[in-house]
Amino acid sequence: MSAEGISKFDLVIAGVGGQGTILASDIIGKAAVKENMSVRAAETHGMAQRGGSVVNHIRIGCELGSMIPMKGADVLLALEPSEALRYLEFLSDDGTIIVNTKPILPVTVTSGLCSYPDVDAIIAKLEETHKVKAFNATELAKEAGHPQSMNVVMVGAVSNYLPISVDTLVGCVRDLVPPKTIDINVKAFEMGMYVTQG
Amino acid sequence: MSTREYMLGNVAIARGIVEGGGQVISGYPGTPSSEVIGTLAGMKERDFYVEWSVNEKVALEVAAGAAMTGVRSVATMKHVGLNVAADPLLTLAYTGVKGSMIIIVADDPSCHSSQNEQDTRRYSQFSLIPCLDPSTPQEAKDMIPYAFEFSNKVQMPIIFRPTTRISHGKSDIELGPVEETRPAAEFVKELERWVMVPKNARIQHPHLLEIQKTMQEELENSPWNSLELADGAKVGVIASGIASVYAKEAVIKQGINASFLKIGTCPLPENKIRTLMENTEKIIIFEEMEPVVEEQVRIIAQETGSSVEIIGKLQGPVPRIYELNTDICADVLAEVLELERPDVPAEVAEDFDYDRCRIDLPMRPPVMCPGCSHRASFHVMKKVYGKDAIFPSDIGCYTLGIQSGTVDTTLCMGGSITVASGMYQAGEKKPICCSIGDSTFFHTGVNGLLNSIYNNADITVTIVDNRTTAMTGHQPNPGMGKLATGEPTVEVSLEELCKSMGAGFVETVDPYDLEKTEEVFKRAKEYEGTSVVITRQFCVIDAKRSGIRRKPFTIDAEECVGCKLCVNLGCPAIEFDTTTKKASINAMCTGCGVCAALCKFDAITEVKK
Repeated sequence: MSAEGISKFDLVIAGVGGQGTILASDIIGKAAVKENMSVRAAETHGMAQRGGSVVNHIRIGCELGSMIPMKGADVLLALEPSEALRYLEFLSDDGTIIVNTKPILPVTVTSGLCSYPDVDAIIAKLEETHKVKAFNATELAKEAGHPQSMNVVMVGAVSNYLPISVDTLVGCVRDLVPPKTIDINVKAFEMGMYVTQG
Repeated sequence: MSTREYMLGNVAIARGIVEGGGQVISGYPGTPSSEVIGTLAGMKERDFYVEWSVNEKVALEVAAGAAMTGVRSVATMKHVGLNVAADPLLTLAYTGVKGSMIIIVADDPSCHSSQNEQDTRRYSQFSLIPCLDPSTPQEAKDMIPYAFEFSNKVQMPIIFRPTTRISHGKSDIELGPVEETRPAAEFVKELERWVMVPKNARIQHPHLLEIQKTMQEELENSPWNSLELADGAKVGVIASGIASVYAKEAVIKQGINASFLKIGTCPLPENKIRTLMENTEKIIIFEEMEPVVEEQVRIIAQETGSSVEIIGKLQGPVPRIYELNTDICADVLAEVLELERPDVPAEVAEDFDYDRCRIDLPMRPPVMCPGCSHRASFHVMKKVYGKDAIFPSDIGCYTLGIQSGTVDTTLCMGGSITVASGMYQAGEKKPICCSIGDSTFFHTGVNGLLNSIYNNADITVTIVDNRTTAMTGHQPNPGMGKLATGEPTVEVSLEELCKSMGAGFVETVDPYDLEKTEEVFKRAKEYEGTSVVITRQFCVIDAKRSGIRRKPFTIDAEECVGCKLCVNLGCPAIEFDTTTKKASINAMCTGCGVCAALCKFDAITEVKK
């Protein structure tokens, strides 16, 4: 868990290169700065972006390093189910996992070299140790208007946990997404937000 | 109006260059350094000159020339780029500069996107050029205007060494004022200073040694070094650069009463180190990669006859490989001070990174994009030269072809053609066909090709020309007719360049056209001497951005026999169902058509509207 004197809220965002993990963390980081909190974030760039596994760390109210220690995150936001499992060690024992249940098959699987675990089994595994909010965010993004807005659905879903107001977050969604897609993304945010409420 | 902005470390560094009044900025792209120039070149209004140079040696010399005229200059590169630029670097230490010059060299501990994890502070020691080692993106930004000023004061270039977590970290950044003055460029002839013939070098070398003490004293008291002596603390922690924030967090988490020396400069703050030694019994040192600080601390301890216990990388337990983090620092502190780590039970720590969970997860390596033309080039190369052929390769997206069996060596930028010719000259009888990208060819491949042609190496050089520097984020290069800023410029022809160096076989082909590509490679293989095949097709990411849309393809399940010929291309858009034993194409298809050309059963066709 984020600790006194170190950080107010520690979030790990896991996903696959191309899913928009950087935009998701940018929305949150920028919103926190707007609310006068210091932010430290770490991102995967370069080689790892080409369809590889990516992980971003965001620490809100933190003035130290950007890397969240093991078992340090308050929430693990996974844009892809197997990636939730891959980065589980970063999540605190009391932490929550918010996970998109729509898998993206790596080339090792599509080419038949490896198999992809059953999604229900992944969720069950996560639930053995942690609180889990699992839903098909890609489907919600399609309903909002475009499957690419899945990352914003996930930002909406984590908004209920962040020490940042919804208005500020939505403002940052508007600022950061391509102008033509603002309506779709604001809807995507709201749909995600409703899923994890209550 | 808030002066606090959320930005990427490299964007903050670019902002530092603006605040410091940088005038000439040059560099060669390389992760994690590329966004510094990318940011400056993308600014709508700018009162400085910015360029992508063809390689790091060139970039450093351009910046050096600018600084010789009295202006403020910057050269940017990644750590391995400094090897390319090492020749001018070590003599630039002798000449010094007249204006100001900063050499930004981004290190990559853990090799996130690199072929090695060398420590640029070693170059600082080697060249006797001072180095700044930032601990946060904010400090990185703030160090730049300071470095300009310091450089001008001591008339020396300054190395600035961010690491991946600084360059690709994000943070709220407090902006500072922008320097308004712009020294005018005026080169003054001073042969003793600028012409490093032996007579003058023998004058400049002792001068370089003489000014070390002055620079050390000035840096000792800069804001980048700070010593906090804790009441009654027997333990002292010394941490340099980004390791200082990890160490700080570990000290807080472990609740240790320790004195703390944060270091941000090389030469080191020796007086602060001595003071810490006098006030502690045990010193634990954290720094990314090499034990640069530790070695100096040990030297100081010997000089002062201190009996303080020094703990670091040389005798462990601080690791000398891969990047540090808070957990590693906490583990070291726990081990050395015999403390518990209540937050992480030992069994979790030991399992970390290896047995991540009880469910087997599929590996998710980075791969070439769906429709990437390199895949087609590699497929034909393998077909024509045979799987026993040797395929030396280079550094770029095509290095991901390691999974296609067409990347047998990757040494350094430009190292494909030269390694290939060396193998041939050694008497290797197998066919040799190397691959190199367009930007890498312009970087250092040109020299290798010239050498190969000159010395009659019988090899094939494939220039996989995707018309950009893709891997580092699509920076322009001399083959594109476009400057860093996007403005038009002369377009260098790869064909004419190769021919002018004496290449007798130069052919250009569209790799999506498998038949034609195969025919060209067959002739290149037959050719005696160095043959050059240029496989030219736009990077799929650029193609998409520029509005090129191709119709996707689909596989007719009735016709598919499950031969896996298409699957073996390794395209992320092609899937194979192990139960039905049929291939299919997913939504990622970009319509390159390579799999359709390959299919012997005509099962793959363009999607009809």
